Amino acid sequence: MSLHRVDERRLREVALTPEEYRVIVEELKRAPNEVELGMLGVLWSEHCSYKSSKALLRRLPSSSPAVLQGPGENAGAVNIGEGWAAVFKIESHNHPSAIEPYQGAATGVGGIIRDVIAMGARPIALLDSLRFGPLPGSSHHVEGVVAGIGGYGNCIGIPTVGGEVYFDDCYTNNPLVNAMCVGLVRVDRLMRARAEGTGNSLMLVGADTGRDGIHGASFASVELDETSSDRRPAVQVGNPFLEKCLLEACMDLAHTDAVVAIQDLGAAGLTSSVAECAGRVAGAGAHIDVRRVPRRERGMSPYHVMLSESQERMLIVVQRGREAEVEALFQAWDLTSAVIGHVTDDGHLTVVNGKDEVARLPVSLLTDGAPLRRLIGVAAEQPPGLDIDALPPLVDPGATLLRLLASPNLSSRRGIFRRYDHMVGDATVIPPGGDAAMLRVKGTRLGLAVTTDCNSRYCHLDPHLGAQLAVAEAARNIVATGAQPLAVTDCLNFANPDRPEVYWEMEETVAGLAHACRAFELPIVSGNVSLYNDSSGESAIYPTPVVGMVGLISDYDRRLAAGFRAEGDFVLLVGSSHNDLGGSEYLKVEHDLVAGRPPALDLARERAVYRLILAAAENRLLRSAHDCAEGGMLVALAECCLLGGIGVRCPAIRPESPIRLDAAFFGESPSRFIVSLASRAMPELQSLARRHHVEISLLGLAGGESVEFEGQFRLSLAEMRQAWEGAVV
Amino acid sequence: MKFGVVVFPGTWSDRDCGWVIDQVLGAELQYLWHKDADLKGCDCIILPGGFAYGDYLRTGAIARFAPVMEKIGNFADRGGLVWGICNGFQILCEAGLLPGALLRNASLEFRCQWTNLVVERTDLPFTSQCSEREVIHVPISHGEGNYFADPATLSRLEQRGQVVFRYCDATGHVTNSANPNGSVHNIAGIVNARGNVLGMMPHPERCSEIELGGTDGLKLFRSVAASAMKVLVS
Repeated sequence: MSLHRVDERRLREVALTPEEYRVIVEELKRAPNEVELGMLGVLWSEHCSYKSSKALLRRLPSSSPAVLQGPGENAGAVNIGEGWAAVFKIESHNHPSAIEPYQGAATGVGGIIRDVIAMGARPIALLDSLRFGPLPGSSHHVEGVVAGIGGYGNCIGIPTVGGEVYFDDCYTNNPLVNAMCVGLVRVDRLMRARAEGTGNSLMLVGADTGRDGIHGASFASVELDETSSDRRPAVQVGNPFLEKCLLEACMDLAHTDAVVAIQDLGAAGLTSSVAECAGRVAGAGAHIDVRRVPRRERGMSPYHVMLSESQERMLIVVQRGREAEVEALFQAWDLTSAVIGHVTDDGHLTVVNGKDEVARLPVSLLTDGAPLRRLIGVAAEQPPGLDIDALPPLVDPGATLLRLLASPNLSSRRGIFRRYDHMVGDATVIPPGGDAAMLRVKGTRLGLAVTTDCNSRYCHLDPHLGAQLAVAEAARNIVATGAQPLAVTDCLNFANPDRPEVYWEMEETVAGLAHACRAFELPIVSGNVSLYNDSSGESAIYPTPVVGMVGLISDYDRRLAAGFRAEGDFVLLVGSSHNDLGGSEYLKVEHDLVAGRPPALDLARERAVYRLILAAAENRLLRSAHDCAEGGMLVALAECCLLGGIGVRCPAIRPESPIRLDAAFFGESPSRFIVSLASRAMPELQSLARRHHVEISLLGLAGGESVEFEGQFRLSLAEMRQAWEGAVV
Repeated sequence: MKFGVVVFPGTWSDRDCGWVIDQVLGAELQYLWHKDADLKGCDCIILPGGFAYGDYLRTGAIARFAPVMEKIGNFADRGGLVWGICNGFQILCEAGLLPGALLRNASLEFRCQWTNLVVERTDLPFTSQCSEREVIHVPISHGEGNYFADPATLSRLEQRGQVVFRYCDATGHVTNSANPNGSVHNIAGIVNARGNVLGMMPHPERCSEIELGGTDGLKLFRSVAASAMKVLVS
C-alpha cells in the first residue's frame, strides 16, 4: 500500500473521508497505523470534533459576570453567590436510544452525571428532554427510555426533576433523548480538566475496560439505516451502582490536594479524555501504557483499549508521588484505580503496549486537526401558510379544551415523572409538573430553578424565530417560579447537515439563539450538537434546539408554584393576546394542520413582562404564576386549576375584532402568564404593571370545582382531570 | 440521643436522614460504614434508603451479609432501636429481623409519590408523638415495596398488632385505590414483636420540613428522640 492510499472500506469503518485521510498523512508526513487511524477516526467524528457546527457555535454568547466556566470544559459553571457555583450541561444520546432505548437513555444519564462530577461538583438534579414518534407506534421507545432514565437516576440517587416529552411524526425513526445534569460545588473547589504538570500521573478509576461501545462516537455521526441495529454492540451498558460509588469516591477527592484534574471518559473513551485533558494545556502531551489498563476481558488489542467506551470510568491527573493517597480513597469504595501513564511536555499522545510504541500523534492533530467542513445553507421551502379567516369558528370551547388536555403533547406528565425519584436529596422545593422545578441550596436560602424547553414545530415553521421562542419559553418557566434566569446550556439536534436546507436550519437556529440570549443577557455556558438525526435520508427531524436553563432566587421562601392557592383570589392574564394560531397545538389537534408562522416575539416586551412578574414576586404580591405556552391561555388556566385543585369563574370572553375567539382561548402568543393574587394586592400590581408598561387583565375569581366562562362553557375539574391524566402517557 | 445512619455502597438516603437528624432535629449524628464492626454507642440505628450493593441480585440480599449487620442484629436482640426505611426495610426482612418480603410493585413500575398512612400503633418509641389513628402524609419512592407475608405470618402480625402504618385515603380509610404498590393488607410498615425494630417503605426524612411539602416525618424522628429522654428520666 502506498503512503497516500488506504483501503476505502477501512476509512468508512473509522468514519473518515479520503480528504481527511490526506490531511492526516500530510500532517504526520507518514501514513497512520491502524491504532492511530482508529483514534483519529473517533476524535474527528462529528460527535467529538464538531467539524460541521464549530464555526456556527462561535456566534453564541458565552460570557456574563456570573460565568466561572464557559464552553470547552466538561460542563459550564456560574457563580450563584454565598460561595457556591452551579455546574450544568445538557447532552444528547439520540442514536443509542433509537437502537437500544433502555441502555441508550440510561448511559446518556450516566454520561452527563460524570461531566458534572469532573468539575468537582455534586450532582443535585437531572432533567430529560424527550421526543418520540406518535403513540402507540413509539411505545417501545417511550417505555424503554423512561425505564432507562429511571433505572439509572433512581439507583444512583440523583433526583430527576424536570424535562419535557413531545410526540411528532418526525421523531418516529429518530427519537431524541437529551439529558441535563445540574451540580453544586464551592467556587474555590471548582475543578478543570487540564493535564497540568509534566510528570504527573494519569490514573484510570472506576470500571474495568471492555470491548463495549467501540466506535460509538462514529456511529452517532452517521445517519441511521436498516443496518443500524447491527450497531447495537456500539451501545454501552450502564451500571448505576458502580457510578454511585465512583461519584462518592470523587467527592472524597476533595479531602486531598493531590488531585490536579478529573476528566470523564465518554464518547471515544480513553483516546478523547486523554487528548482533551492534554489539549487544554499548551504544549502538554501524555504517555499511556495500555498494558496497565485494567480490563474486563482477555484478548483486547491496544486498538480496543484506546477506543472502548466502557461506562463509569474517570481519568484523574494526580501529583507525582501521591498516587497512593488517591488509590486509598477509591479503595475505600472497592473501586480499582491504576496509574496508566503520565503527563509529558512534548505535545504528543504516545501510546505504548509494554515496550512497543503503538501510536504517537500530536495532541493538537487529535483535538483540533479535523478540517472544518464548509457547508452551504439554502433556505428550505416555505412551510404552508395559514389563512386564518378560512378556519371555521370555534363552536364549543369546552369540548376543544378537553381534547387539548387529552392530547399527547399537553396531557399530564405525572405518569412519567412518578416513575422517577424526584425527591431524593431533600432539596426539591418545587416538584415536577409545573413550570420550572426548583432545588434549594442546603444551608442557604438560595433556590435554583431548572427547566428544558423547545417547541420544535415552531422551529420547523421558522427556525430563527423558533429558536428565540425556545429561549423565551425557558426563561418564562424560570420567571414563573419567581427566579431570575441566569444561564443556558443547549442541545442542538438536527438532521443531516450535508443537506443544504438542514445546514440553513442550523444557521438560522444559532442566529436565533444568539439573538434571544443577547437580548436577555444570558450566556450559553455548555452544550452539545447532535447531527444526522435522519433515517436513510427520508425522515428528518424538525430542527430541535433544546434550551436548558438555570435561574436563581435569593430566598426560596418567595418561590411561586403554578397551581391556584386560595378560593376568592383574583385570576389575571399578564401580557397581551394576538391572533397567534400559527404552529399551535390547537391547529394540529382540532384542524390537523401544521402551518403558518409561529407567534411573533417582541424581545423587549417579553423582558418587560419578566421584570413585572419578578418585581411582583419579590414584593410577595402573587400567590401563583404559570406560563402560557402550548394550548394557549385556556390550557394554562386549566392547568392552574388542576394543579391547585381549585376552579375558576370568569365572565364570557368577547375579544375585540380582529382577534378571534379561538385565538383568545387557544392562541399561543408569547410573553404571557396566568397569575393569581389576593384582592388586596390588586392595586399594587396594577401600579407595577403600569410602571413596566405591561397589559394585565382580570380573567375571573378562583374558586369552586369547575372552570366556567359564563354563557360559553363550564367543565368540572373531575372531567378535566380525567382527560388530562387519563391520556396516553 | 445518638442516631447512627448506616452507609452501604449504593445507599442514598443516608445524607437526607443525616440532614434531618443534624440540621432539623438537632440530635447527635454518627454515620456507620458498612465495613464497621462497631456501632459507636448509637442509641438508634437507621438503615436508610438506596440500592445497597446495587440490589442487583434481590433487594437487600447482599447487604444483610455486611459486617455492620451482625452487630445490628445483636443490638436489636438486646432491645436497641433499629429503624429501616425503604431499602432499609428490605434489608431487615432479608436479614430476618422482620418477617415477610418486599416484592416488585404490582404496577411493575417505580413509584415516587405522596401517600397517606394511618398510624395504628402510638405506643412505640417510633410513633409516640403521633395521635391514635392519625393520618400522616409521607412520600414513597421504590420499585419493590409490595409487602408480602404468608397467611400464617400475616395473621400473626395482625393479631399481635405489629402493623404500624397502612396506606389509606386522606380520611384514613384503608382502600385498594390508596394502595400504591399492591402490599398485602395495605401494609406500609411493621414492627417486630418486641417493638424495637421498625421497617417502613415510605420516607419520613423527605417530609420533615415544610418547604419539602410536609412535616409529618419529623414526628417519627421526634418520637425516637423523646423515647431516649424517657429512658434517661426513668
